[in-house]
Amino acid sequence: MTTATRGRSGTAEVSLAKALNRALRDAMADDPTVHLLGEDIGALGGVFRVTEGLAAEFGEDRCTDTPLAEAGILGAATGMAMYGLRPVVEMQFDAFAYPAFEQLVSHVSRMRNRTRGAMPLPLTVRIPYGGGIGGVEHHSDSSETYYMATPGLHVVTPATVADAYGLLRRAIASDDPVVFLEPKRLYWAKEPLPERPADVPPFGRAVIRRRGDSATLITYGPSLPVCLAAAEAARADGWDLGVIDLRTLVPFDDETVCAEVRRTGRAVVVHEAAGFAGPGAEIAARVTERCFHHLAAPVLRVTGFDIPYPPPLLERHHLPDVDRVLDAVARLQWDLG
Amino acid sequence: MTVSELPAHPLSRTAVPPPPDPEPYRVLGTGRPDPELWPLLYRELVRGRRYNTQATALTRQGRLAVYPSSTGQEACQVAAGLALGPRDWLFPSYRDTLAAVVRGLDPAVALTLLRGDWHTGHDPRVHRVAPLCTPLATQLPHAVGLAHAARLRRDDLAVLALVGDGGTSEGDFHEALNFAAVWRAPVVFLVQNNGYAISVPLAKQTAAPSIAHKAVGYGMPGRLVDGNDAPAVHDALTGALARARAGEGPTLIEAVTYRLDAHTNADDATRYRTEAEVAAWRARDPLTLMERELRAHGLLDDAGAAEAHEAAERTAAALREALSGDPELTPDDLFTHVYAEPTSQLREQAERLREFS
Repeated sequence: MTTATRGRSGTAEVSLAKALNRALRDAMADDPTVHLLGEDIGALGGVFRVTEGLAAEFGEDRCTDTPLAEAGILGAATGMAMYGLRPVVEMQFDAFAYPAFEQLVSHVSRMRNRTRGAMPLPLTVRIPYGGGIGGVEHHSDSSETYYMATPGLHVVTPATVADAYGLLRRAIASDDPVVFLEPKRLYWAKEPLPERPADVPPFGRAVIRRRGDSATLITYGPSLPVCLAAAEAARADGWDLGVIDLRTLVPFDDETVCAEVRRTGRAVVVHEAAGFAGPGAEIAARVTERCFHHLAAPVLRVTGFDIPYPPPLLERHHLPDVDRVLDAVARLQWDLG
Repeated sequence: MTVSELPAHPLSRTAVPPPPDPEPYRVLGTGRPDPELWPLLYRELVRGRRYNTQATALTRQGRLAVYPSSTGQEACQVAAGLALGPRDWLFPSYRDTLAAVVRGLDPAVALTLLRGDWHTGHDPRVHRVAPLCTPLATQLPHAVGLAHAARLRRDDLAVLALVGDGGTSEGDFHEALNFAAVWRAPVVFLVQNNGYAISVPLAKQTAAPSIAHKAVGYGMPGRLVDGNDAPAVHDALTGALARARAGEGPTLIEAVTYRLDAHTNADDATRYRTEAEVAAWRARDPLTLMERELRAHGLLDDAGAAEAHEAAERTAAALREALSGDPELTPDDLFTHVYAEPTSQLREQAERLREFS
C-alpha cells in the first residue's frame, strides 16, 4: 500500500500526502465521531489519494462520497457537527471551495460566537492549495487570504511531513473550525515519519526552520522549500538568512516572528498569494508596528503578482523563486546598516 | 403523459414520486373535527397572533431592533411548533420566532437576535432549536446534516426545516433537497409560500407549477397544503415527520399562505401589493377559519374564546415585562466566544478596548 522506504533514522520515509492519510486514519480509529465527506474520496481515495483506503477500512458512512456540491457538503457537515460529530471535509481544489464560502463565513466561522459558546463547531475543511503543479485554470489558487480575513476560523498550513501529520491531528481534535490548507506541490515530498509521531507544537506557534543572523525570511506552506533554498544560496553572497515557517496563519505567532526580526533587523515575507492586501501585507504591518525601532530596512514582500492565477506555461514567472527572494534580500538597505 | 408516468433512469434507485395534488390539502370544512388537537391549535393561534402584534409594538418602542412578523402565517408557525416530537429538531428562519416559541422557547429569549443583545439567546442542543437563520436557505443543509448524523447514529429523530418561497430560489435549497434525498435523511422541508420575498411576487421567483412540484425532481414526495388551515398543516407535518422517523426519507411540503403584515416593521408593503389583495387574504385569516370551524362543531364557546385571549394577553404582558429593561451588556463579550481560547491578538484587542470603557 505504501512505497515508504526506510530512512537512516530507522523510521519510514513517507510523502506528505501519505502523512495526511495516516493522520486521517489514526484520527478515525481513535474517535468514532470523525466522519469524512467529499467528492471522490471513497473508492478513488481522493484525486490526491489522501483518503486512500479509508472507505474500505471504516465504511462508506465514515468516508462518504457526497453529491458534487461544495456548499451542500460544508452545510451538511455543519449540521453533522451541530449533532455532535467531528466532520472532516475535503474540497477537491482551492478554487472549487468557493461555492462553500458562504457557509464558511456566515455559519461555520461564527456558530460558537452567535450561540455565546453554547454550540462550538469542531469541523475541519481540508483544501489543497497553491500552484507549481502545472494545473490548468482554477486548480492553483492561493486562497488563504480570504480565510485569514474571516474571524472565527483557524487557518493552518503544514510545510513538512511531520507537520502534515501533527497539525492535521490537532485540527481534527480542535473544538473550533479549521481551514487546513495543503500545499499541493509538496504532496509528493518525502521525509521520515515515525510509526507513532510525536506531538507537534500547537496552533499559533511558528517554527524557526533555519537560524540566521543577517535577515529573516517569513514564510509558510509551499514557499518554505523556496526560502530554505534561497537561504542556502545566499551563503555565497555572505548572508546568513533565517527562515521562519509560520505553520498557522491564524492564530498568528507575533512573538516568534518579532523576536527574530528584532534580532536581525531585516525581514522578507514570501508567499504565493497575491501581494495586495495579502498575508504579507498584514505581516509587514504587524512587524512594523511592533519592531519599528529594530528595523534597518522596510519589511519587503515577495509574492504572487496581483493577477488571476496564470496559465501553467507561465506560472514559473508568477511564483516566488530563489532569485526573486535573493533580489528582495539584496534590497534590504545593507549600505545603510 | 404526467411526470409520474415518465420512466426512471435505469441507474436510479428511486421510484418516480407522484406529483403533488394540484389542489391544496385541507382539513377545515371536511367534517373531520379533532376535539383534542383543534382547541389546542386555536389557543396557540390566538397566542401567536398576540405575540406578533406585541413584538411589532415593541419595535415602535425601540425595544426590538426589528421584527419580521408572521401575522397571517400563524397556522404554519403553530403547526410546526406542535408537530415536533420532543427529540426532533427545528431549523427556523428569521421569520419563525413564533414556531420556536410554540416549540417551547421562552418568548423573550426567542427574540434575542431581533432585540440585538446577542445573535442567539438559547442553547440549541437543550431546546433542539437551531439559531434563527438570517441568510436565506443556508440553514437547510444544516438540517440535512443533522438529520443524516442522527440516522448514522440510529437515533430515530426527525428534523423540520423552515424556509420561505423566496428561499427556494437559493442554491442551498437545491443542494439541501438533493443531499436529503440521496442520503434518505429524516428531514421535512416546510416552505411557507407567503406570496412575496419582501416585495417580489412568486411569479418572479419560479416558473414551476408549484414549489411542491420541485420535490419530484429530487426523488422525494411533495405536498401542497393550505397554509392557513392549521389542522391541515399539522396533519401534513405529522405524517411527513413520522415518515422521516421511520427511515422513509425526506418530504417537501409547500404551505400556501400570506404575510398580512409588511416584511418587517421597516417595510412599506403598499408599494408592491394592493389593499384588495390583502383584504381577500384577511378574509381567509387562519384564526378566523379555525374559530369558525370550532364553533360550528361545538368545540368553542364565548367563554373558551375569552380564556384563549386572556392567556394570550398574559404572554404579551410577560413579554413586555421581560423586554422592559435595558439588557446588561459587557464589551468583553465581544471577544469571549470567538474561539475556545482567545488568540493573543484578541487578548490584546480586548485589553485595549478595556482602556476605553
